[in-house]
Amino acid sequence: MASQPAWVNSLFTYTGSSSFSEFLGVHAPNLHPARNESLAAPVGDEIPHATTIVAATCAGGVVMAGDRRATSGNIISQRDIEKVFRTDDYSCMGIAGTASTGLELARLYRVELEHYEKTEGRSLSTEGKAHRLATMIRGNLPMAMQGLVVVPLFAAYDPSHGTGRIFSYDVGGGPYEQREFHSIGSGSIFARGSLKKLYRENSSPQDTVLACLHALYDAADDDSATGGPDVMRKIWPVVSVITDDGFRRLPDDEVAEFVESMLERRMTAPEGPTAPLR
Amino acid sequence: MSIPFGGYASPEQIMRDRAEYARKGIARGRSVVVMQYADGILFVAPNPSKALHKISEIYDRIGFAAVGRYNEFESLRLAGIRYADINGYTFNRTDVTGRGLANLYAQHLGMIFTESIKSFEVEIVVAEVGEAAEDDQIYRITFDGSVFDEQGMAVIGGQAEAVGGRLKERYSEGLPLPQALDAALAALTEPGGERPPVTQIEVAVLDRGREHRKFLRLTGPRLEKLLEAAKESQGGARQPAAEEVQAEQAQQAQAEQAPDTAPPIAPDGDIDTGSGE
Repeated sequence: MASQPAWVNSLFTYTGSSSFSEFLGVHAPNLHPARNESLAAPVGDEIPHATTIVAATCAGGVVMAGDRRATSGNIISQRDIEKVFRTDDYSCMGIAGTASTGLELARLYRVELEHYEKTEGRSLSTEGKAHRLATMIRGNLPMAMQGLVVVPLFAAYDPSHGTGRIFSYDVGGGPYEQREFHSIGSGSIFARGSLKKLYRENSSPQDTVLACLHALYDAADDDSATGGPDVMRKIWPVVSVITDDGFRRLPDDEVAEFVESMLERRMTAPEGPTAPLR
Repeated sequence: MSIPFGGYASPEQIMRDRAEYARKGIARGRSVVVMQYADGILFVAPNPSKALHKISEIYDRIGFAAVGRYNEFESLRLAGIRYADINGYTFNRTDVTGRGLANLYAQHLGMIFTESIKSFEVEIVVAEVGEAAEDDQIYRITFDGSVFDEQGMAVIGGQAEAVGGRLKERYSEGLPLPQALDAALAALTEPGGERPPVTQIEVAVLDRGREHRKFLRLTGPRLEKLLEAAKESQGGARQPAAEEVQAEQAQQAQAEQAPDTAPPIAPDGDIDTGSGE
């Protein structure tokens, strides 16, 4: 039985917590993404980076949207990357920074939430989910120092509050709860500026989706690493809405409708909708 | 004084005693029914506890049901979740299979049965819902590590054979959920007995129509509504006596066949000693 991995023997005897990543850390550290192996030199721009994610709360929920571009320095390395992930029925996360590390983090985080839910028979509280993600980000700190920075944005519907909530992070962890809206990634400054003017409190999920799409458009307008909607190739931003009914990723044709109505408006007003001054 | 030596016990005798012990423990509880229905797999267990589950989710398409000692099958359940999560994370979510899980349990239970003083007093079912009904799999694993690939339905624990017999009468392929639930409850109720109230049963499904995770626990108003629908379907199904007589005959015929067809709960009689005789 020497050929089997070490964790096989621990399956029946492990008596630790309900955390999946802790189990990995103890019994299968080679599978753990957060490793302290230092790289010879910072890798920086050579590996693909994921860019802008926006999130905004709406009436009875939260909306998260992300563009589809990944860049390696000045090269567009992927036009249709997906950066917004469902993590469980009531939460999702978007990633900015090193794409590979981010994808792996999202995959592990999803298992982490599910693992707790299955072993304990209940879901983690929204704060619990946010804290858990913070610890996982902090685990990546040594890699972040080498240039493999990944920073997520976490959005969840909180059944105990009946509202959507947004949490942001930095490379050292977090979480920082954000009110109303937030954005991360290279185009986040422009997206946030846009949302500041377009965000309306307690507006319908549809209106909030439109505001988020406008914000992504503004980010793509001014940030070279953020991709706008690709009308020729029909590549639309990933948009997800989380409400009482659970997580829902809008299907492509639904997003296309939103994008087309937005583009039509931008034909006559390229800078997008204006907020009333008085 | 040293402990008196009790004499020689043959390996056959030791195994038989252990099997007997485990079988008695398992038969003490109530039965659990796992069966296919039109859209997936249904789990029904009489269980007064809201927190200590007999039925549970293991992975996207895989469910788990158990009878016997709670602490023992709970450790099996947790191990199964760890196994599934670690494999799904290492490879891909579609690479976690019920067969692999059944083998893991079989190995572990088999090892405990032969090597420990006391075998586990549990019997478990691992069920996996597929893309279509033909791809559904139901594995029953006994305390000694035997695996049975069940067709359509499985009953474990309690008076498993009697419940299985009653279920077989009512079971047919592709039953809608209310009818399937009715059949399961009828099977779990002794003839002439009262059905357990809503608060005393645990119901879950693996619904192939669901997105992401197929497992769904049915509780509260949803279960009550379903039970009402089940009651109605039962009213419709109650036909004149002639049919009942037929059913009874069929049951008798089955009972006569039973010794040949029903798989043994555990190795009975001659145990393979591996001596090649």
